[in-house]
Amino acid sequence: MELGYLIGTVAKMGALVAWIYGLLWGLSRERKWQKALTIVAAFAVIQLVILSRVGGLALFSAFDQGLLFQAITMTMVALGLNLIYGFNGQFSLAQWGFYGIGAYCAADITYRWSNGDASGLVVAGLGVMLGAAALFGVGAFLKRKRGVPVLSAFTFYLIAIVIAGIVAARIGQPLAASMKSGFGTADAPGALASPATMQIVFFLAVVIAGAFAAEASFIFGLPVLSLGSDYFGIATLGFAIIVKTLLVNTDTILPFPEMKGGRGMIGIPKLLPFANAADGEASGFQVALGAWTPAWLWIFLFFVLALVLIRNFVRSSTGRAALAVREDEIAARAMGVDVAKNKLLVFVAGSFLAGVGGGIYAHYMGFLSPGSFDFIAGFNPLIVVVFGGLGSMTGSIVASFGWIFFLEGLLRVLLGQLGTDAPSWRLVLYPIALILLMLVRPKGLLGTVEWGFLKAEGASRIRKKAAAKREGD
Amino acid sequence: MPASIMTKNAARDAARASKRRGPPLAWVGWAFLIAVAAVTVAYIAVKAWSQPILFLQNFLDGLKLGFVYALIALGYTMVYGIVKLINFAHGDVFMVGAFTSFYAVSRFGLHEWPAALFPGIPSGLSILIGTLTVILLSMAVCVVLAVTIERVAYKPLRDAPRITALITAIGVSFFLEFFGALPFVYTGRFIPYKSPFPTQAWYVQDGIHPIVSGQASPDNTLSFSNIFLIIAAASILVQVLLQFIVKRTKIGIAMRAASYDKPTARLMGINVDRVISFTFAIGAAFAGLGGVLYAIAYSSIWSQMGILPGLKAFVAAVLGGIGSIPGAFVGALIMGQAESMTMSYISTPMRDAVAFAILIIVLLVKPTGLFGEPAQEKA
Repeated sequence: MELGYLIGTVAKMGALVAWIYGLLWGLSRERKWQKALTIVAAFAVIQLVILSRVGGLALFSAFDQGLLFQAITMTMVALGLNLIYGFNGQFSLAQWGFYGIGAYCAADITYRWSNGDASGLVVAGLGVMLGAAALFGVGAFLKRKRGVPVLSAFTFYLIAIVIAGIVAARIGQPLAASMKSGFGTADAPGALASPATMQIVFFLAVVIAGAFAAEASFIFGLPVLSLGSDYFGIATLGFAIIVKTLLVNTDTILPFPEMKGGRGMIGIPKLLPFANAADGEASGFQVALGAWTPAWLWIFLFFVLALVLIRNFVRSSTGRAALAVREDEIAARAMGVDVAKNKLLVFVAGSFLAGVGGGIYAHYMGFLSPGSFDFIAGFNPLIVVVFGGLGSMTGSIVASFGWIFFLEGLLRVLLGQLGTDAPSWRLVLYPIALILLMLVRPKGLLGTVEWGFLKAEGASRIRKKAAAKREGD
Repeated sequence: MPASIMTKNAARDAARASKRRGPPLAWVGWAFLIAVAAVTVAYIAVKAWSQPILFLQNFLDGLKLGFVYALIALGYTMVYGIVKLINFAHGDVFMVGAFTSFYAVSRFGLHEWPAALFPGIPSGLSILIGTLTVILLSMAVCVVLAVTIERVAYKPLRDAPRITALITAIGVSFFLEFFGALPFVYTGRFIPYKSPFPTQAWYVQDGIHPIVSGQASPDNTLSFSNIFLIIAAASILVQVLLQFIVKRTKIGIAMRAASYDKPTARLMGINVDRVISFTFAIGAAFAGLGGVLYAIAYSSIWSQMGILPGLKAFVAAVLGGIGSIPGAFVGALIMGQAESMTMSYISTPMRDAVAFAILIIVLLVKPTGLFGEPAQEKA
């Protein structure tokens, strides 16, 4: 039994790594239809595996699917952290805090919507948009006054975003109240309560969660990024602790009774992998076509978007500047890189991914507890990034999958079979592995190796093609 | 044409720069900070005015916490001063100190050995010697642990990037926490702690009166216990001792030399590795002492008790100026007060948030901390 499970997990893990490799390889092809075909094929393979049954048993059990979804959210968080720490050299422990912020933000939006209340979506959406406008406005203002100290800039941004938030709440609440009739009653659901609308709301909620986390990271990062690397690390650790504290007190300190504070938020609409949920959970997210639900579609979509986003960001001029900042800040400044701005931009981009990952996490778990956003759990993405190799996107992806499947899945199951006390050994084995890795191979397992799509040589191939074309002319 | 525009802009900038002194709009940030500080102080002052006794009681509680933080903060500040490493495992060394004394007292009754060995001894002396033995044992265990950690985990990484060592420190810290949480080690539960000496409390009302157990002390009076006095005495004694070690002894001079410039210190014939080990050892000894006193004062221990006190002690060390021993002491007292006042006047769960908010503000205003010397660029 244990051996069979072990072999099965290793096989699944290998298949998934091959799947990732294939996806990245296919995306690196030149023609558009090849890329499109790769995306469709990569989606279809996993979808078929999820749906298929061999002799009445699921090929990919609900537990495995949970692990897959978890691995993909971990990938997003780890990619974001790798951007901040691996590519820009800023040792951040706040990633898990932004993950929690994103999770709670998205969950609150869809929770309210599924209860016939549009205020979550309207206020959060307006707030994020007005907040972005306010940030850009203040940024333009401060740009004209050159050399404004960080503390003053922070004050301006903070005041602007607080005003934006208040305005959004003032405008949004009456607006949401006027949409009330669109939901209809429980017997006769209106247009806004239909499953199709729910899908759109889910998408918006996840994006808003990411944007919200990004804006929070901007406000937090602006003063803190000017500290030194170690102090930045400690301050971000403090941020993670503050977020956890606030999440435990969402119903007392913060005005969100539906989040239920330390008891955990329940009743979040779930992305169900199967339409015929055996446990009879009612969900606003089911758009059933036979046994098909769009759960995997959404998660895959966000996964590919995150891949494209991160790869293009790293290979952009900002990404190259980020690498320069990591290697030598003074030299980067001498080359004309605005170091403070670059750090902030990378920090915000990484936190955006964390927020999106959190938004997805909230919807396949259907339950959020502040305990899972503890700062101790916040070291997980850091360990994943270090395992995978700092500055290797592929490493982060593979390490996320490996982390979830081996350590969360396999080790939990295997140790669980050894005895009731054994699972607590899991948390003893992580740090030992981490210390050994640091002592033996501080570069991480993959070093800076990249696969297919994520390789830097795409640019050189394009240049070669352009040169060939010129010669042909 | 572009060149002329550039020169024109440059000339305008130069003219602007000559007109004003300092960066533009700097007053906004200061005004914001001063407003926040003024509101906080005013709020606490109003509360203190309405209930002065309660305020004083909070002040004493904050002092007690601050003295314990000071003991932990010393280890952070000394280690950071020499190897530039945030020794995350330090908080867990503190935890091990508390647990060692727990086993010594509750399981083995070590604190009763003088009474058992010499039956005629007066009970006060017996308790004193017994407690000191327990504390010394905890300190010794912590020293051994810290030196082992340093040798096994940190020494091989001396020349690696600092962040590698930091991650290793996090790994060591996790290992101690979760190994400690194993059922056959310390278990993951809160454990009631039995003090090796009897607690005696007093209240202040027209003089100092002892509180008799089973008898309520009068309302609205200030009370304190012998634990508070012991913690304060121990903490201050350790500060003086450390000042003496660092300023007057040979190893102290070697420590300062190594923290200033390791390669040169090595050229001067200082065994830097030994000095670093000594620094870890002395920090761990004080953390062990702090662990025992913390456990006695708050009478409950568990395997993750070291995390937050450790972090706050580190924050205190940064607040006072990392590398500075009096700075760590003052920073710890400030942290203790901040935590106690937040718990009493704002909200208990926000005490951690306030600690880190203070850290961020202090670093922004004075990046070297209150007592820190300006950082020298070192290779």
